[in-house]
Amino acid sequence: MRPSTTQPGPYPPTGIVGYHAYLPGYRLQRSEIAAAVGATARGERCVAGHDEDSTTLGVAAALPAVRGRETAVGSVWFATTDPVYADKTNATTVHAALDLQPDVIAADLGASLRSGIVALFVAARDGGLAVLADRRGGPAGGADERDGADAAAAFLFGEQDPLARVICTASVTAEFIDRWRAPGAPDGATWEERFGEQRYIELADQLLASLSKAGAEVGAELGDVQRFAVAGANARAVRSVASIVQQATGATLEGADLADVIGNAGAAQTGLALAELLDVARPGETLLLISLADGADGLILRATEATAGRGEPMRAQLDRRVTIGYPQYLVWRERLAAERPRRPDPDRPSAPFAWRNRRYKLSMAGGRCRACGAVQFPLPRVCYQCHAADDFEPVPASGQTGRIVTFTVDRLAFSPSPPLVSAIVALSRGGRLQCELTDVRGPIRVGDEVIPTFRRGATVGGIRNYIWKARPVYPTTPAPARPSGAEPES
Amino acid sequence: MAQHSLSDRVAIISMGCTRFAEHFDRSADELAVDAVAEALAGAGLTQHDIDAFWLGTYISGISGMALARPLRLVGKPVTRVENMCATGSEALRAAVYAVACGAVDVAMAVGVEKLKDTGYAGLISPKIQDDGTRVNTSAPANFSLLVPAYQERYGVEPQEFRAAMTHVAWKNHANGALNPRAQFRRAVSKESIERSPAVAGELGVMDCSGVADGAAAAIVTRAPDARKYTGTPLYIKALSLVTGDGSGAADPRYDYTSFPEVVDCARTAYEQAGLTDPRRELALAEVHDCFTPTEIVLMEDLGFAERGHAWRDVLDGVFDRDGELPVNPDGGLKSFGHPVGASGLRMIYECWLQLRGQAGDRQVATAHRGLALTQNLGGAPGDCVCFISVVGTNPA
Repeated sequence: MRPSTTQPGPYPPTGIVGYHAYLPGYRLQRSEIAAAVGATARGERCVAGHDEDSTTLGVAAALPAVRGRETAVGSVWFATTDPVYADKTNATTVHAALDLQPDVIAADLGASLRSGIVALFVAARDGGLAVLADRRGGPAGGADERDGADAAAAFLFGEQDPLARVICTASVTAEFIDRWRAPGAPDGATWEERFGEQRYIELADQLLASLSKAGAEVGAELGDVQRFAVAGANARAVRSVASIVQQATGATLEGADLADVIGNAGAAQTGLALAELLDVARPGETLLLISLADGADGLILRATEATAGRGEPMRAQLDRRVTIGYPQYLVWRERLAAERPRRPDPDRPSAPFAWRNRRYKLSMAGGRCRACGAVQFPLPRVCYQCHAADDFEPVPASGQTGRIVTFTVDRLAFSPSPPLVSAIVALSRGGRLQCELTDVRGPIRVGDEVIPTFRRGATVGGIRNYIWKARPVYPTTPAPARPSGAEPES
Repeated sequence: MAQHSLSDRVAIISMGCTRFAEHFDRSADELAVDAVAEALAGAGLTQHDIDAFWLGTYISGISGMALARPLRLVGKPVTRVENMCATGSEALRAAVYAVACGAVDVAMAVGVEKLKDTGYAGLISPKIQDDGTRVNTSAPANFSLLVPAYQERYGVEPQEFRAAMTHVAWKNHANGALNPRAQFRRAVSKESIERSPAVAGELGVMDCSGVADGAAAAIVTRAPDARKYTGTPLYIKALSLVTGDGSGAADPRYDYTSFPEVVDCARTAYEQAGLTDPRRELALAEVHDCFTPTEIVLMEDLGFAERGHAWRDVLDGVFDRDGELPVNPDGGLKSFGHPVGASGLRMIYECWLQLRGQAGDRQVATAHRGLALTQNLGGAPGDCVCFISVVGTNPA
């Protein structure tokens, strides 16, 4: 049967107006994983903290991507192969953490690897936000655990001053068994890689033909492409297709080493590849992103002068990392049951309580007293300072920095990864938070700078308790030299 | 509107106090019966002579029936009260108010707590159903917040403050070693205090009060009637309670080097008792040494030391049993553990013994001053309740 092809979408003049890739701060040596089954391996993979899941990873990527443009977000599309909930939508948690308006749709795109590129396609249609986040693992010591990664990337589409305009897209769909996993099962499986490789090579040829046709309608040619990247779970297929595209277009391959230095982040891998392209693009360059998952999907973009205003590149996060041991990873992933403290387990979060408290709990909003100006979290009915009632204007904590007023390391309290560190944090625009600290890598001092960050608490009765914590800001160290052919931006 | 002193209208005529210990062989009911029996015997009364009862318990019973049932009290008004670590003191406060207003002639306050049935480490507070947003820190973690904040504000070197914390634990255990009712009756070396396993922040196990079961009771009556029951009653000079508004964490003016609730509470108590220089007027003070930095900060909040100087006064021995103002001569929460509902009345019990010259080996030399203070603190820095009483041997 002939694989179906889609026609290029009637895209409005749209582009990517903001993006951010988030790499969690922890790294695991692949040699440690391989040693569990008597094998050897090189390099390291990116690991999410014990209090991170696909939803919090997505929020961590989305917050910087939309900052200052919250009112411009037209929709939220969440892609992951590791959803926290089935039945209940996960994108709504992202929507709440970003404090978006209720008339903005937020939806999940299913738990397939293809959902990553699909989120981009869908978000591009209505000025939406594509959030691609994943946690990947597999059987102990195996290739999926070794070569997987936890990461996220978010892209906000819009018409106003895009960093890169959408030129065209194309898709080819095919049904065959390359990778599969039962819903909810922690471990997936893969057929012999060469079978999938051959299918994807065929699909890539068809995709290039479709892209060529779609490009012609808007006056673009494949030969215009200067930089491209390929994402997919089948590493052999990704390499072979990259070689085909290089020959067909003469463009420079970007991000060839991402799977080596970070690992393969599943549905988010497409996002990391696109972030890499945008990080290195120069104004006017044409970019091609290809996803290989149950078909082949392509997105052609053209960088604008606005690329000069983009944020910190993804690779700057490569050096901000802490190496953890394999047993720690297994405990964090709940593959090993850790000893529990002799303290009561947390209670199940009350759904009505959490709903009433959503402005503080999920959106981290407090209030400024209109009578005396005191900023307070959470939003009270009565001001602590002047005792005026019900007269506050909302103030978000998210996006602010803070300073530690005092802190403690609690070795008695319940935590999935003891000890629990908590602090009183004075926010830069007024008010204070009492919150847990996370991603603590060294000694803490009064006065240290921290940033509010959205994390998971305990899961009780299947309900995941999301909370805002704060993480210390550590000085940036220079990123390692780029190993790919492209020259760094001056 | 103002608060008015009850000074000298009410007197304590008898008390009882169990040993505080891991009473695996005794229920809360039995501990309450023991404390009540001792108090009744001391005054030559039976339970039928008591007009009303208040039971303070934090987690060991619900309603006045938690006391009426074990005592088989028939036809009596019995009320359970709770105000965190001030729970036992709250029972006394209610009983004193009932007598002072003339509603009853003789009232009893009972405090009881059974903590060792849970199997958990530390104190387990009742949970109110919520959404899990509040930070779930332990009590030692909450109080450990005082340490970096105090050091920062007053420029105290960590090892100096550590030495003061160690001195508090060392002093209170030395005192408790002389007390037959204490949970821990052994002096502890400063080295072993500093070597104890970390619990939270700068606090080790030996910076924390223990966890124990226990009960205590007091019988109060109108002051003019007191000498019918004993030749040496203790008169209530002041009762003060301040409940914090919980704003400490949110309010940038709060810097975690003080308990404002204690400062307010002490001002009211000293006005009621007519105290102007408590460090020299009090024979002793029983304060809430739940954790060692708490006692240091309390010395300043209670006006026993200048701001920023309490750590130095502690090291100079000002608050040792033979110092200028003995603090926690019975061994404090450090030696007794903290059966929450009983602790406030246990403190009054030490005043009862000391001011009447019955404290034996640990009798303070300052007893002739004739006034003693007790203080409880419940909650956490920035979010707490404080109770203070002053009792004395002489009617006005």
